[in-house]
Amino acid sequence: MKIVVRIKLVPDTAAKVVVEDGQVTWGDAPLVINPWDEFAVEAALQLTEQHGGEVIALSVGEESSREALKHALAMGCNEAILVSDYVIDPDTQRTAKVLAAAVEKIGDVDLVIFGKQSIDGDNAVTGTQTARNLGWPSLTLVSAVPALDVDAKTIRIERAVEEGRQVVDGVLPAVLSIVKDYGEPRYPSFIGIRKASKAEIPVWSLEDLGIELPNVVVSWSEIMNPPQREVTNEIVQGDSVEETAAALADKLFAEKVL
Amino acid sequence: MANKIWVCIDQFKGEALVTSWEAVGTGRKLADEVGAGLTALVFGEGVENIANTAIHYGADEVLLADDPTLADFRPEPYAALLAKLAEDGSPDVILFPTTTRGRELAGMASVDLNTGVLPDVIELDVQGDKVTAIRPVYAGKLLARTECSSKPQLVTLRVRAFGMPELNESRTGTVTKVDALMAEDEIVTKVVEYATVGAGVSLTDASIIVSGGRGTSNRPQLIPPDEITDEKEQEIWRAQQGFKLIGELASLLGAAVGASRAAVDANYIPYSAQVGQTGKVVAPDLYIACGISGAIQHQAGMRTSKVIVAINKDPDAPIFKLARYGVVGDLHDIVPALTEALEDRLSY
Ligand SMILES: Cc1cc2nc3c(=O)[nH]c(=O)nc-3n(C[C@H](O)[C@H](O)[C@H](O)COP(=O)(O)OP(=O)(O)OC[C@H]3O[C@@H](n4cnc5c(N)ncnc54)[C@H](O)[C@@H]3O)c2cc1C
Ligand SMILES: Nc1ncnc2c1ncn2[C@@H]1O[C@H](COP(=O)(O)O)[C@@H](O)[C@H]1O
Repeated sequence: MKIVVRIKLVPDTAAKVVVEDGQVTWGDAPLVINPWDEFAVEAALQLTEQHGGEVIALSVGEESSREALKHALAMGCNEAILVSDYVIDPDTQRTAKVLAAAVEKIGDVDLVIFGKQSIDGDNAVTGTQTARNLGWPSLTLVSAVPALDVDAKTIRIERAVEEGRQVVDGVLPAVLSIVKDYGEPRYPSFIGIRKASKAEIPVWSLEDLGIELPNVVVSWSEIMNPPQREVTNEIVQGDSVEETAAALADKLFAEKVL
Repeated sequence: MANKIWVCIDQFKGEALVTSWEAVGTGRKLADEVGAGLTALVFGEGVENIANTAIHYGADEVLLADDPTLADFRPEPYAALLAKLAEDGSPDVILFPTTTRGRELAGMASVDLNTGVLPDVIELDVQGDKVTAIRPVYAGKLLARTECSSKPQLVTLRVRAFGMPELNESRTGTVTKVDALMAEDEIVTKVVEYATVGAGVSLTDASIIVSGGRGTSNRPQLIPPDEITDEKEQEIWRAQQGFKLIGELASLLGAAVGASRAAVDANYIPYSAQVGQTGKVVAPDLYIACGISGAIQHQAGMRTSKVIVAINKDPDAPIFKLARYGVVGDLHDIVPALTEALEDRLSY
């Protein structure tokens, strides 16, 4: 079985991201593998451990995206590929077309696995768009894969949706997105880290993919800091727990939020 | 003349989600601003009553596809039908609620229609046939003004970011039936089973949320039953006593129960309750954080709540900086006392 897992490089979740002179900056906070993509890697590795096969980590982005790919290799992915002459922008449809072309170039892929969303763009649509570009089913928010038959090309997944848990049958090849219930991502092993540091990561251009850069459709015309929220902090105190609670209750009524 | 503003209604088991009406209300406003009509799309099985309600909330026309193949949402048949209808009707804008179904449908249809998606927007402006949207990005640390240069412009609206329209039962409109596009044997995915979780209030819809963090387990004087000997199990048992208090407050207020990631990772409560950057993003009128320190990743999920209350033992916990009201103390004491105080006030 051949699984492609999608990896994006993003600023760390703890980074203080701000706009300065119209530019997004995060100071010296590190860039890391998108946390949701770690769950995707974990799922891909578990599936190949159970059903055999290889996992290829794929990222579209600048040279720096190698760092995220190395993390995926250190976790246990067999190979990594970087598509690098397109700088990712807010147009997920464009990214999806590039990702779909890369999957086609890799060839014979059974599953493409995405993270739930990227923590910079927060779109959560790239996976579905990639699936549609490939003409494959999109099975999102997958929390478990109870059955998979590579030869018969069938898959059964469980998904976590608003109303609860849903079980869906689909066919391979398919595109999945993974949520946290799948299982905690493993830490890179010492050997994994050493292997990753020596790994060759091929770089593909759009020309290699045989596509032209799709037109930009979605753009961010302005990026801004959110308006400062003025909160007046008030510590509520009373002589006893009961009095404190009563005082808080009165204030909540006065706020008209009950 | 065909209507230029469309809205896709999200329904589950024949019932429309409340946030679908927010989308209809928003669509109505846009349509009025540009002097256009509003079409609502209702796909499902046994959903005729939804069509009428959509008109009462502001739609001029409903395109109704009532078919067994559309009973459960599946992106392929829904997107194929939507794309076909949109090709025929060429709307300028299609609105969706930002639910998992809304995002998937918009994402898939965007490929069929060769256009783009503006996901999870919180503000929307229209000028002529063009919309400009504002959406939170970087987990709400920044806002982006965003546009789509091709048509239709697909926009998903963040739940609770747009107000509810008024229901007017005397409003009239037309309901046009349309056929599903794909036959069952052409659809490669099958929904096998649904296990809906309890009757509890859903986090994303809730107007009040009471959340618990690692502090729920910090009550040494609580002695677990003898049969629980494992230290980890004892910790979980203590946390469950804390979450019981939180649940009682929540049920009094008709609120949903949330949690920090630390509480989820320690198995105090399922992941579906997690609020934050890698959990759910919520914006209730009232968010009560109990025993939660307020890490930046937690803030990313709840920062825009209208009124935040923090209950925490540590007066220096970062959560107090966000909180309109703070109580320094043990949640195991404060939460039940608050429940009681509110019970007294709500009972008359
Ligand atoms: C990639 C990544 C993603 C993340 N995503 C999320 C996310 O989505 N959501 C999230 O919440 N976190 C997330 N985190 C984790 C986050 O950094 C914090 O670790 C987490 O929010 C801490 O949870 P907590 O506040 O419950 O626990 P702690 O930080 O341990 O805080 C517990 C608090 O409870 C107080 N307390 C203790 N006992 C009591 C008592 N008896 N009564 C009252 N107060 C008491 C303490 O004073 C303390 O402030 C993420 C982290 C990473 C690295
Ligand atoms: N440039 C990219 N390269 C590789 N994977 C990506 C890229 N952009 C998005 N993805 C994947 O798509 C998922 C959803 O991203 P998004 O739709 O931007 O929220 C992410 O979790 C990644 O797995």
